[in-house]
Amino acid sequence: MNDALDVAVRLLLVFVAFLVLPLVVGQTEHKVMAHMQGRLGPMYAGGFHGWAQLVADGVKFAQKEDVVPKDADRRVFQLAPAVALLPYLLVLVAIPVAPGSVGAVVDAGIFFALAVMGVGVLGSLMAGWASANKFSLLGGLRTAAQLLAYELPMLLAAASVAMAAGTVSLTGVLDAFEWWWVPWQIVGALVFFVAGLAELQRPPFDMPVADSEIIFGAYTEYTGLRFALFLLAEYAGIVVLCGLTTVLFLGGWHGPWGDDGLGWLWTLLKTAVLAFVVIWLRVSYPRLREDQLQKLAWTTLVPLALAQIALTGIVKVAIS
Amino acid sequence: MSPKIPGSGLAKGLAVTLRTMTRRSVTAQYPDAQPELPPRSRGVIALFEENCTVCMLCARECPDWCIYIDSHKETVPAAAPGGRERSRNVLDRFAIDFSLCMYCGICIEVCPFDALFWSPEFEYAETDILELTHERDKLREWMWTVPEPPALDPRAEEPKEIAAAHKAAEKAAAAQAAAEAAAQQQEGPQ
Repeated sequence: MNDALDVAVRLLLVFVAFLVLPLVVGQTEHKVMAHMQGRLGPMYAGGFHGWAQLVADGVKFAQKEDVVPKDADRRVFQLAPAVALLPYLLVLVAIPVAPGSVGAVVDAGIFFALAVMGVGVLGSLMAGWASANKFSLLGGLRTAAQLLAYELPMLLAAASVAMAAGTVSLTGVLDAFEWWWVPWQIVGALVFFVAGLAELQRPPFDMPVADSEIIFGAYTEYTGLRFALFLLAEYAGIVVLCGLTTVLFLGGWHGPWGDDGLGWLWTLLKTAVLAFVVIWLRVSYPRLREDQLQKLAWTTLVPLALAQIALTGIVKVAIS
Repeated sequence: MSPKIPGSGLAKGLAVTLRTMTRRSVTAQYPDAQPELPPRSRGVIALFEENCTVCMLCARECPDWCIYIDSHKETVPAAAPGGRERSRNVLDRFAIDFSLCMYCGICIEVCPFDALFWSPEFEYAETDILELTHERDKLREWMWTVPEPPALDPRAEEPKEIAAAHKAAEKAAAAQAAAEAAAQQQEGPQ
């Protein structure tokens, strides 16, 4: 009985985090992006500096008509947003926040997280194929190409951490963490973060949704709540990616002080800083062209990730 | 030039956005805060109808034909006994259609009696285009928002009116001086 309650509370907390954190990231993006461009951003919704803008957006989306194009593959079209969103919820369950505070302990945490995150991209693919729209199809195929190119360096970078820790469990990685892992794995961290950004189709890797060329890629035909779910998936993806990077490369709950009890604060702080970087990159850089995108993955990130694995192996052998 | 460090351009881009974020944003929160308009702003045309003589110059010069003037003549009884009766134009209607007006300001330039002025007032949007034709009472009301004319540039020529007044005053002073001098000369020999 007590166990069931424990599980329920944990899952409820994860669910609340899943609903709140993406909105916080989204609101931060509104404001940070505005100020980086010399604007103010939303100022009216909710009264104080537009804090309720995303709530208002949500209400607006909920009021819109749910349209499915006539020639679309109806079932797949309607299912796609859920497929895009749910994997991030599942990954969030496995991310440890503080010692003992994790939604569900998964032994092969790294594999679980990466595999399930890959499923999220499937949502865009389904949407692109089912929409019966040439722009959607192009967007979907670009998504697929991007997934193929960036999954590899992401996996290799994660493998480097797994080698260093000698485990594929996320909590195991954090238990084995030492501060000098940060400089040791810094290249892997960069590769992982960049590849993750590309997988989320965040600018500057937003070729699949390049609005000046293919309207909104795979999401062109979507309206109302389903469209909002895709947007939510993007922000949930940011949270998950930043959380994973924090856990794998930045030491999660470990911090210079306040190790006991304040661990969750360190995790949240590091995740928030990374999320800020995600927004910052979006504001600063123009979109990469499709060929540049592929070139970056295959000629830069993959060799860098391999070099990181070699370095990890050498240091690991030298230590032991 | 020193050789470029790879990635320095990327860092520069990040620095620009970060610096902008720390600065005050330039957004003007218009309905909450009124904008600071530059001097001589062309918001709306105000009519000082007391000065209008219905000469129709503005209506004729208007490139858009957006000024409507109606008037009638009244006879004014002779000012002095035995004098002639005078006729005078009385303004019945003065309207400007601001849906046609292109804010060129020619009417204001051309008015010989200083009856038209630029006002910086700009909040007169309407939901119906027909309501943008504003009649004389509204135009007269805008007269209250006309700012006083900007000060002259340093060492500028005097305004014509003041220059003329000065000239007249100098002339009068000179005449008086001459008269006094003449009077003294007459007194002198005695």
